[in-house]
Amino acid sequence: MGLEILVCIKQVPHPDHFSEIRLDVGSGRIIREGIPAIINPLDRNALEEGLRIKERFSGKVTVISMGPPQAQKALEEALAMGVDRGILLCDMAFAGADTLATANTLFYAIRKLGKFDIIYCGNETVDSGTAQVGPQLAELLDIPQVSSVQEVTFSDEKTLEVKRALEHGYMKVRLKLPALLCVNRDINRTRLPTVQSIMEVAQKEMIIWEARDIEAPPESIGLKGSPTCAVGVYEHKTGRRREVMQGSTEEKVQGAVARLKELGAI
Amino acid sequence: MSNSGEIWVIGEQRRGRLEEVSLELLSKGTALSQSMGVTLSAVLLGDEVEEVARELVFHGAEKIYLLEDARLRYYQSEAYARLLAGVIKEHEPQIVLIGATEIGKELAPRVAAKLRTGLTAYCIDLYVGEVGDAPHLIHVVPGWGGNLVMHIICPQRRPQVVTVKPGVLPKAVRDESRKGKIIKVRPDVRDKDFSRIETVEVVEESPKAKSVESADVVVCGGWGMNALGDFSKVQELADILGGVVAGTRPAMDKGWVDEARMIGQSGKTVSPGLFVSLGASGAMHYTTGFMGSKVVLAVDQNPQAPIFHVADVGIVGDLSEVIPCLIEELKKGA
Repeated sequence: MGLEILVCIKQVPHPDHFSEIRLDVGSGRIIREGIPAIINPLDRNALEEGLRIKERFSGKVTVISMGPPQAQKALEEALAMGVDRGILLCDMAFAGADTLATANTLFYAIRKLGKFDIIYCGNETVDSGTAQVGPQLAELLDIPQVSSVQEVTFSDEKTLEVKRALEHGYMKVRLKLPALLCVNRDINRTRLPTVQSIMEVAQKEMIIWEARDIEAPPESIGLKGSPTCAVGVYEHKTGRRREVMQGSTEEKVQGAVARLKELGAI
Repeated sequence: MSNSGEIWVIGEQRRGRLEEVSLELLSKGTALSQSMGVTLSAVLLGDEVEEVARELVFHGAEKIYLLEDARLRYYQSEAYARLLAGVIKEHEPQIVLIGATEIGKELAPRVAAKLRTGLTAYCIDLYVGEVGDAPHLIHVVPGWGGNLVMHIICPQRRPQVVTVKPGVLPKAVRDESRKGKIIKVRPDVRDKDFSRIETVEVVEESPKAKSVESADVVVCGGWGMNALGDFSKVQELADILGGVVAGTRPAMDKGWVDEARMIGQSGKTVSPGLFVSLGASGAMHYTTGFMGSKVVLAVDQNPQAPIFHVADVGIVGDLSEVIPCLIEELKKGA
């Protein structure tokens, strides 16, 4: 039998290059050309978890992503880690989606794919970082969900006990499959593809679906399906004094302490 | 925007204690309700938490919808989401504010998706502003690691739900003379709410030292502290300033601070009176964690480090010289 396992991933700009992301003041568009793209770091932990569960219980791991054509690269990387099949949801009709419309798109694709026993997501992405799509998707699928998962224990093939992080501690949650888990980085150490697994990528199944393939109602996806919309993007003005002290070490320190006193900070 | 429909704050209590962010939501909720001329209410779920409900009143809520049941003692994913969505449907608030705590971040999307409505994450501010010619609630969120700020609106669907990052907004002032109406809603808790998912244990250590979010002075060390070999000077400086120690992600990876003291986008957000950054170059995902600080002092050896763009006072120099000198200078004044 084995488990049907799904992992949702997102291709994101590399965080080390975020400071290069600029705003085109005229058009209000975000300029991110030339910024290298990677699999969202926590989504790698989600992939790793999916692969480990398959190794333990047998089954099949599918990876899915909504994104532009170049997001196929992220899916190929997931296949190279050992995932069995990749699905790219790629259509201009998906563009401009907020988290609910994204969750809707994934929902229709999953409905078309059939039943999954367990779905993994990274807890949040490094770009928009809302941590919302996972729980929203679970709600649409009407399955239980836990965020910030740091440890999973299978009582049997259908029952799990997960440890989820709290600010100063943790919570243990018991749940029945099918379920959706959003994992954090403590859950595992991710693997690197092997030469063997990279060679196998070409033989694996990669499906690209448009909106009509998943029969998603136009009013539930993309810009139209998004209850929220961005109306402005601004450079963040800090309003800091940016005063750098001059002189010898002693002079700089004395100058700094004097300034902090003037500002009422000490 | 409209003048009908209340503004709701979802109060979060754990073991009968209100999370600080609930008080932060009440200050913003009060300002919004006054400018819009609508009622500010709060919702509270738990077991025997009427005392907590009164605290919400003392902090500005005019009305409390109180849902009490022994099985609601801890946060329970399906029960909380279903009951909350239920009271929202019944009373139709126009705005729902939820703290972006570990629990709020899971509960809010679940509730918003049930209602098929809009949800904005991690707001750092909210205000009523004009978009086009119409007034809207503007959700201000940091984007791209704090490099950019985005304004988001939810034009049609109601309620609009937003989560607010803890530690950013000021807390509401407590006033015991405030009067509010506590409305007891009998929650129809069902066995089915716990059959697929159930919280079985909650372990929360009260932080050994003062938490970074509540400290008035935060001294935060980064990778550059490597030059000094350890974090003891960061602690010493924090002690002199009467503050607490925090660290960047590299400092946490080094084992110098635990996760509860990591500052940044994926860690804690602090807004103390004084934030001191030692040996951190100032990556956006770090600086977003302290942008609300009143005054920022930065020390780093690299004069080009972006940290100096987000600091009020900067010292460029070798940390192993600057920090001991700074400690001596502060001791003089003490």
